[in-house]
Amino acid sequence: MEELLTGLEKLWSGFLGVAVFGLLIALLFFIGSRLRGRLSRPAAIVIFLGPAVILLIMGLIVPAFRTIWASTQNSSGKEFVGWANYQWIFDSQVDIIVNSILWIVITPIAATALGLTLALLLDRMRREAIAKSLIFMPMAISFVGASIIWSLVYEYRAPDKPQVGLLSQIVMWLGVDDPPKWLLWQPFNNYLLMVIMVWIQVGFAMVVLSAAIKAIPGDVVEAAELDGATGWRLFSKVTIPMIRATLIVVVTTIMFAVLKIFDIVRVMTNGNFGTQIVANEMYAQAFVQFDIGRGSALAVVLFVAVIPLIIFNVVQLRKDRATR
Amino acid sequence: MSVEAQEIPRLPEVDPLEKESIPQAARRKLSSPWASFVVILLTFVWTIPTLGLLITSLRPAADAQNSGWWTFFANPAVTWSNYSEVITGGSTIPSGITPYFFNSFAIAIPAAIFPLTIACMAAYALAWVRFKWSTVVFFTIFALQVIPLQMSLLPLLQMFNLGWNLGPIPIFPDLNRPGSEQSLLAGTYIPLWIAHTMFALPLATFLIHNFIAQLPRDLMEAARVDGASHFLIFRKIVLPLSVPAIASFAIFQFLWVWNDLLVALTFAGGTPDVAPVTAYLANIKGTYGAQLHLITAGAFIAIIVPLIVFFALQRFFVRGLLAGSVKG
Repeated sequence: MEELLTGLEKLWSGFLGVAVFGLLIALLFFIGSRLRGRLSRPAAIVIFLGPAVILLIMGLIVPAFRTIWASTQNSSGKEFVGWANYQWIFDSQVDIIVNSILWIVITPIAATALGLTLALLLDRMRREAIAKSLIFMPMAISFVGASIIWSLVYEYRAPDKPQVGLLSQIVMWLGVDDPPKWLLWQPFNNYLLMVIMVWIQVGFAMVVLSAAIKAIPGDVVEAAELDGATGWRLFSKVTIPMIRATLIVVVTTIMFAVLKIFDIVRVMTNGNFGTQIVANEMYAQAFVQFDIGRGSALAVVLFVAVIPLIIFNVVQLRKDRATR
Repeated sequence: MSVEAQEIPRLPEVDPLEKESIPQAARRKLSSPWASFVVILLTFVWTIPTLGLLITSLRPAADAQNSGWWTFFANPAVTWSNYSEVITGGSTIPSGITPYFFNSFAIAIPAAIFPLTIACMAAYALAWVRFKWSTVVFFTIFALQVIPLQMSLLPLLQMFNLGWNLGPIPIFPDLNRPGSEQSLLAGTYIPLWIAHTMFALPLATFLIHNFIAQLPRDLMEAARVDGASHFLIFRKIVLPLSVPAIASFAIFQFLWVWNDLLVALTFAGGTPDVAPVTAYLANIKGTYGAQLHLITAGAFIAIIVPLIVFFALQRFFVRGLLAGSVKG
C-alpha cells in the first residue's frame, strides 16, 4: 500500500513537470500573440525556434567542444596533456578498437542480410502479418531485457548436470559432449554478443526493406520477367538496384546504433573476457574510474568514427538521386 | 498489307503477357510453401528466447535453477511467487521493482512530451515562418544527429551538478544547497527529462519538419490573409493536422526512453528515488545473476509495457520508422 502511494507520488511529480512545462509554453504563446505589427514576426521566430536552439546549443554543441577539450586533459581534467589520452587508446586499448570494428562491420551486414532474406520471403507469403510482428517484436525490448533473455540461452552448466542454457542443450543434443562456457569462450563470445544485436535489429531491416520492395513498381518487375529474368538474376539486377538507397540507409542506421551500443556488453560480461568495446570502456573510464581525460578521448573516438559513415551515406544517396 | 492489318486485332488473343505470366504465377505458387516454411522456422527461432524468459519467470526457484525451461512441458509447475518477490522485494532481493517501474513512467512520459512539443514548434518556424537563415538552421539541426550521446554526458553532468558559466554570465545556475555537496536537482527527474529532450531534438525536429512542410500552402496563406497569428495557425491548423506524425514519434520516443540505460545510469544513478526499470534490471543481473527465476520475472515486468505499446500501436510505430529511414 505504501509502495503504491510513493508510486502515485512519483507519477504526480511527472504530471507536475508536464504541467509546469505546459504553462511555460502557454505563457510564451500568450506573450507572442499579444505582439502586433513589426515585432510580431521576429517574436514568432524567437518563441518557436528559441527553445530548440538553446537546448541544442547547451546539450550538444557546447558539450561536444568541451569533450574535445577535456580529451586533452589529465584524469581530473585540470592539466593539459596533449595527445597522451589518445596515445593511451592506440597503445594499450587496441583490442577494444578491434572489437568495436568487428561489431560495426559484422552486425549491420548480418542483420541487413537476414532482414532482406525475410523481406523477400514474406513478399511471397499470404498471411505475413503474424510472422512480421513476431520477428519485429525484439525491437520493442530494451537492450537490458534482451541481454537477460539471451543470458538464459548462453547459461553454462557442467556437462554432467541437467542443462539450463538452451544453446548448450542444443549443442549436446547434436552430439557435443562438452559445450564451452559460452561467454568466456574467447574470441567467439564477441560473436555471441553480436547475435543479440542481430536478433534485435533484423525486424527493423525486414520492415523497412519489405516496404521498399513493395514500392517497386509492378511493371518494372513484369518487364524484367518478360525479358526472361528470373530468380537470382531478377533479384540481383532488378530488386537490389531498386532498393539500393533503402539498403544503404538500413545498414548505416544499424551501424550508428551499434557504434553507440553499450548496454549489451555491460550487462552480459561488463567488458570482461575480451569483449570490451569503445562505448562501454568510455562509460567505465568516465563514470567508474572518474578519468575525465580518457573517458572524453574515447567519446571523441566514437564521434570521429561516425564521420566517415555519414560521408559515405551522403555520397551514396547523392549518387542514387543522380542516377534516377 | 492486309495480312498485317488482320494480325493487329488478333494480338490480344496471343497476349504474350498472359502466356508468360501463367508459368510465372505457377512458379510463385510452387515456391511459396518453401518461403512459408523458412519464414515460420525463423519466426519460431526468433520467438523462442522470449518464450524461455516467460516460462522461466513462472517456474519455482529449484526448477528454474536446476533444469532447462523446455523441461517445463514435461513437468509443468507454475508459481507466482517470483513475481511477488520481484514486485515487493523479498528474502533474496530486498528491494522490489515497483518504485523503479513508476520511475520509468515518470521519466518516459514527460521525456516524450517535452521534445515533441519543442520540436513541433521549431519545425513550424523552419517550414512556415521562413527567414534568412532558416535553411542553415534546419541543416545544422539535422547534422547534430551525428554527435553521439557519449560526447555530451560528462559536460552535461558537470552542468547539472556545478552549474555552467560563460565567463561571468551564468548560463545554468549552480544549484548546490549551501553547505551541501548535492545539487538541488539530485534525486529529481529534471536532469533526465532535460537530457532526453536535448538528445531527441535533432531527429524529432527533422521528422516533424518533413511532415509539417508538406501541409497545403493554400491553407496557411488563407489563414494568414484572415489575420491569424502564427501562434493561432500553429494551434488550430498545424497541430491537429500533424497528429499522425506526432503519434508516431511519441511512441518511438516513449519506447526509446523506457528502454534507455546509458542516460539513466549517468543522470539518475541507481537509487529507487529516480532510476528506471532498466537500471534496476542491470543491477539485479549483476548482483543476483544466479537467481534466474527472479531476474526473468523482473525482466518480463520491464518489457511488458513496451510490448503492449508495440502490439497495440504497431502501425504508428512502423510508420514512424519508415519516415525516419526511407526518406532520411
